[in-house]
Amino acid sequence: MKNFSIQVNGKSHEVNVPEDMPLLWVIRDIIGLKGTKFGCGQALCGACTVHVNDEAVRSCTLPVSAVGDKAVTTIEGLSEEGEHPLQEAWMEHIVPQCGYCQTGQIMNAAALLKKNPSPSETQIEEEMAGNLCRCGTYNRIKAAILSVSSST
Amino acid sequence: MNNNEHIPFINKALGKDQSSLFRPSRREFLKLGSLAAGGLLIGIQVKCSGPSKDTSTFSPNVYLSIDKDSTVSIIAHRSEMGTGIRTTLPMVLADELGADWKKVRIEQAVGDEEKYGDQNTDGSYSIRMFYEPMRKAGATARYMLVKAAADSWDVDMKECTVKDSAVSHASSGKSASFGELVEAAAKLDLPNEGGVELKAFKDYKLIGKDVPIYDLKDIVTGKAKFGADVELPEMLVAVIGRSPVVGAKIKSFDKSKAMEIQGVQEVVQIEGSEGIAPGLDKALPGVAVLATNTWAAIKGREALQIDWDLGENQDFDSGKQLSEMLQRTAGEGQTRRERGNFAPANFLQGDAMEKTYLAPFYAHATIEPPAAIANYADGELEIWAPTQHPQWAREAAAAAVDLPVEKVRVNVTLLGGGFGRKSKPDFVAEAAFLSKAMGKPVRVQWTREDDLHHDFYHSHSAQRIRASLDGSGKIYSWNHHTVFPAIGATSNPDELHPSDGEMGLGALDFPYNIPHIRLESHESKAHTRIGWLRSVSNIHHAFAICSMLDELAEKRGLDPIDQVLELLGEDQTLSFEDEVKGTFGNYGEPYEKFPWETARMKKVVKKVAEAAQWEKAKREGKNIGFAAHKSFLTYVACTVTVDKDSKGNLVIPEVHYAVDCGVAVNTDRVRSQFEGGAQFALSLATSAITFKDGKVQQNNFDGYKIIRMPQAPKKTYVHIVESQEKPTGVGEPPVPPFIPALCNALYKMTGKRIYELPLSV
Ligand code: FES
Ligand code: FES
Repeated sequence: MKNFSIQVNGKSHEVNVPEDMPLLWVIRDIIGLKGTKFGCGQALCGACTVHVNDEAVRSCTLPVSAVGDKAVTTIEGLSEEGEHPLQEAWMEHIVPQCGYCQTGQIMNAAALLKKNPSPSETQIEEEMAGNLCRCGTYNRIKAAILSVSSST
Repeated sequence: MNNNEHIPFINKALGKDQSSLFRPSRREFLKLGSLAAGGLLIGIQVKCSGPSKDTSTFSPNVYLSIDKDSTVSIIAHRSEMGTGIRTTLPMVLADELGADWKKVRIEQAVGDEEKYGDQNTDGSYSIRMFYEPMRKAGATARYMLVKAAADSWDVDMKECTVKDSAVSHASSGKSASFGELVEAAAKLDLPNEGGVELKAFKDYKLIGKDVPIYDLKDIVTGKAKFGADVELPEMLVAVIGRSPVVGAKIKSFDKSKAMEIQGVQEVVQIEGSEGIAPGLDKALPGVAVLATNTWAAIKGREALQIDWDLGENQDFDSGKQLSEMLQRTAGEGQTRRERGNFAPANFLQGDAMEKTYLAPFYAHATIEPPAAIANYADGELEIWAPTQHPQWAREAAAAAVDLPVEKVRVNVTLLGGGFGRKSKPDFVAEAAFLSKAMGKPVRVQWTREDDLHHDFYHSHSAQRIRASLDGSGKIYSWNHHTVFPAIGATSNPDELHPSDGEMGLGALDFPYNIPHIRLESHESKAHTRIGWLRSVSNIHHAFAICSMLDELAEKRGLDPIDQVLELLGEDQTLSFEDEVKGTFGNYGEPYEKFPWETARMKKVVKKVAEAAQWEKAKREGKNIGFAAHKSFLTYVACTVTVDKDSKGNLVIPEVHYAVDCGVAVNTDRVRSQFEGGAQFALSLATSAITFKDGKVQQNNFDGYKIIRMPQAPKKTYVHIVESQEKPTGVGEPPVPPFIPALCNALYKMTGKRIYELPLSV
């Protein structure tokens, strides 16, 4: 067990956990933010996607010891009230079915748009390929991202 | 042990619609949830057709309350797993009532059979069963509010109109909000049912439109609560090492290494089910590691040493079983349906064709793996779980801790996908047992590996179809053999043939006008837990039948769509009764109410041909495939086009679906089910679960592949037939026709027919 001071959604959290504990479990179990989801634990599904210094990262395979003082953003920190353009686009297109994968999808898309504010359809497909949706909402996710990307 | 009563498509149907209104007590209302019990409270008890284990008690109640601030609260008693049902049923009630949809609150019901009847959200029947009752409940409340208004204004009820949660009277200019009327309305007697009139279809504002789901904002902001998101004080997290082979027993285990992991509190053995028919609702034998956080529990489980006696399934090899099953289809099976005179000479005269079709096991692989929270304290048990079947969860949990069901409360969270997996309550039983053992709240957390290794799989299957043509080139005979380990075998190892229920999914109900038809099933054993997965045996039956038809059309020099229209024949209501040997299940519905109508199928077939520009696509040499399949009483026709990108990867530019599901209640959710259904089916077509040495060989999403965004069909168009027929389900019907339509399209591209899934693309 070790003490870590990590920055999540602009707040500093002191946690006493094993070094190898993935950031996902620190966020969910220790800090208690439940919007970041567990789907595979192996960086294969994207349900656990958060931002670390604006990069989309699979928190299920990132040990807490590797986070350092970088800024972690979870879905709860993406916007105050769900007014991030992507969240609005997601509502506009009624993207979710079960909704479980969607916070990871949105976080991944938000990081993508930060890097590239107007991605092509193919770029979206490639950048979103790490995020699985079993319900099959890919078309609407793509449409939602495109609607934001063309309007900026 | 017999779990059949919980299998949605095997159950018997109930005869008539009846309903009776009642006024629940405030106390009862408060117990239902956090509903405001201030204003007008209405309960409606409905007798409706649909699956039920005991027809005499099947009388679900619909509850609503209208508060003094005009808030309408409606209890959603079906589980939300992505279909939109939690939104759509309350929306039906609200529309009939004339409520302002923005002022409607939806409250999730706990699992309670006495109150809600069968809550099993499965079998695509929620809308089918509750469309009518929800409207009646809304109309009743509307009647009472209007009566209260008319009485106080001393005007004729018929002159009053209801809109946006208010009643108004045009000529006097009077108007009152629901909130202002509830007090008076609550004092009125309940109307008798004859006095309540439903709105005309054209007057609906929400039904038949695109209505966003209720939980939309919570989902996109991360506030929505799924199974693992409930936090209780002192809660422990359990990760379990389960029997790697069904039927395995624990010889011994060593917990010392696990206990060394920081955070691990205890290691507990779960006796679980016994033998090779472990049932659908019991925990598997295992050893649970309980820790203060998930990571410690995962590491603790890794450190466990369990010595298993693997038992009689340890040699199970799915590939081997599948070839044996295929062999068997060459012989004579058990006849399940027969038409005409099926002497062998009859089907081998003239031109004949014989093809075989193989499909693998599938796992549900919901992105949310099973998880359940249990709190056993003071002789009572409270559960939070993403369950499709809260009552069964309640029963299974009660049995696991030896409590009467009355002492168990099951709270239903949102489900991160269900597809049939989460109707089985084994994971809930685990949580209940462990909470009692620890005397603390426990969350059981399945990992992805657990989920893929210990699912209730969709059966692998082998089929053989022999068809012959008569002298004029018409199809003269059709002999379909099917074999797949039965769901029933999970509870009873002697069930070697698929049940009538499973046969009724796309095989017994083969609708085509061919003079000689015989359907035969063959024996096979289950060596793992078999369950039902989105559209169940329709998946493999449609794959075989629609692939075979495509090939026959080619042989006959016919267009496959023309052939299907020819085979559907005249507009008529089909009848299967005389030909079917067992029971014709009809998805739990009386046949007269939901018969097989060729005209409706012809309509969707023509509609899809037109929308997909079938003739033009063919002329232009596009690789387009077609299939049509009715399931869950919904008529669906589908086309798929395929292509290759510059790297040689499969691309699906376009999918078209035409669907007749009766009234399309929430059109947006109908479309989303079809869009998602195509993607779900594409994953099925390209993935497989296999067994070696009794164990599942796929561990995570690298081995069991779910399609990703680049592979998804680029466009999926859903063409809904406008209809005022009784609504039918849309959760499952998109899946079956997609796979053969895809295979038929691939044939155009590659010149090779597909007889075995998964596809290698
Ligand atoms: S849970 Fe992290 S990628 Fe799946
Ligand atoms: S919406 Fe259900 S997994 Fe994506």
